[in-house]
Amino acid sequence: MLKLQSVDVRYGHIHALKGISIEVRDGELVALLGANGAGKSTTLMCISGIVRPQSGSLVCDGIDLAKASSFDIVGLGVIQCPEGRRIFGGLTVLENLRMGAVRRPDRSGVRKDMERVFSLFPVLGQRRRQSGATLSGGEQQMLAIGRALMAAPRLLLLDEPSLGLAPLVVRAIFRVIRELHRQGVTILLVEQNVRQALAVADRGYVLSTGTVTLEGSGAELRANPEIEQAYLSSAPEAGR
Amino acid sequence: MSPLELLLQQLINAVSIGSLYALMAIGLAMVFGILRLINFAHGDLIMVGSYVALLAQLLGLPFVAAAAAGVAASTVAGLAMERVAYRPLRGAHEIAMLLTSFSVTIFLENLAIILFRPTSRPFPAPAVLRSVIEMGRLRVAGLDLIAIAVAAVLLLALTLFVRRTNIGIAMRAASQDLLAARLVGINVNRVIATAFAIGSLMAGVVGLLWSARVGKVDPLMGFNPVLKAFVASVIGGLGSLPGAVIGAYVLGGLEILLQGLLPAGLTAYRDAFVFAVLIALLLFRPNGILGASEREKI
Repeated sequence: MLKLQSVDVRYGHIHALKGISIEVRDGELVALLGANGAGKSTTLMCISGIVRPQSGSLVCDGIDLAKASSFDIVGLGVIQCPEGRRIFGGLTVLENLRMGAVRRPDRSGVRKDMERVFSLFPVLGQRRRQSGATLSGGEQQMLAIGRALMAAPRLLLLDEPSLGLAPLVVRAIFRVIRELHRQGVTILLVEQNVRQALAVADRGYVLSTGTVTLEGSGAELRANPEIEQAYLSSAPEAGR
Repeated sequence: MSPLELLLQQLINAVSIGSLYALMAIGLAMVFGILRLINFAHGDLIMVGSYVALLAQLLGLPFVAAAAAGVAASTVAGLAMERVAYRPLRGAHEIAMLLTSFSVTIFLENLAIILFRPTSRPFPAPAVLRSVIEMGRLRVAGLDLIAIAVAAVLLLALTLFVRRTNIGIAMRAASQDLLAARLVGINVNRVIATAFAIGSLMAGVVGLLWSARVGKVDPLMGFNPVLKAFVASVIGGLGSLPGAVIGAYVLGGLEILLQGLLPAGLTAYRDAFVFAVLIALLLFRPNGILGASEREKI
């Protein structure tokens, strides 16, 4: 479905991506792991057409994403739920979800997806008339994922959905990610919560300073001693 | 006049002038909200609309048709301004955009000077706009009532637009987080063009009311209104639509209040006192009455 080949991104003097190649196949849940500054978010911004690569190719279903506008990329069903949630704080929950579906003409499908979001996250249904800014951090993350789902994504890009959330909320978010995966949504998941991410992922890539240093199935990566040492050997994560 | 009548009279004056500032300030606030651009050339849209309305009247069109032509001209000029001057600067530094707005102002004002001469020309307005209605001892200009009514209708329409329509909600979304707006697939160019169109249309309406009030047009007539609209939106909180409207009425009230309270020798310096009050307000509320803190805007 999505294939990146030797993608290179520079911001001025910073060489953010040094020729990375990754692939996400139909229906897969692929984890993109790595420390801060490894280039994970840059990779997603590149796929969404916000950041332009200097060289390399990004192809989604035969369409060259490097030449498409961010507007067109959303039209292809490639939807990003960005880091830090970035919900519209001054808009109500309902308006936020409506904006998620802003490019869809099928009103009945939109209504059905709205119900689906409310059944995944019942708290959003209870708060539908509240402004986004009044929600808790966890609720805002749910709203951000819900807003992305309103676009009926074929490929969902999730950037650090568990960042800064309480363990209980992290578990709820991962439950939903697993559920979406089961429903057949293709997902590229960026996470620093490596243990949780590898528990749900089919495959994973490890980025460090702009290059892919490791790749493999979720189980392989979990068993990999380098991963073990770099990410998993420290104090066990809360919320397991 | 009894004190109550005097108060009522001044209140009408304040609301009337505040309405004009509000219609102007909205145009500034909508564009600033999305682009972080203070479009000083917004004032010149008043001038463009007024001159076109004047020319249409000189060509023999009835006032209503000429007014429509003027408003349409302002709208088209605003859209053209966005397309030619500001769209190529998308993503550029705010200072670059600000300087560009000064260039657009200088260009439009000098173009008008070349085309229409630097001197002012009388602006004919129909009798209804110059009528004075006497209610007891109150004397109310018909133009004031029309300005208040027109502003009320346009503000209500704008409120419905930004609350009910997809493009209106998208406009609010884009002013809160432009990147998130792009990521959900909002057509940012279309939203920005719509903001310019609405603001310019309102500037065109202000142009007609303003020209009818002062009875003349001149190439630099947009300067004072845009300055006042800028002050109004700073008072209310830059980028906030309700803030711009509140700030405009506060400014209108302040002007009329000072006009009434200052001793005769000092009324010529009224604006200096208005700006002094503005400075005092900003010392206590640096982001204006409804302004979001910088942290929230990021």
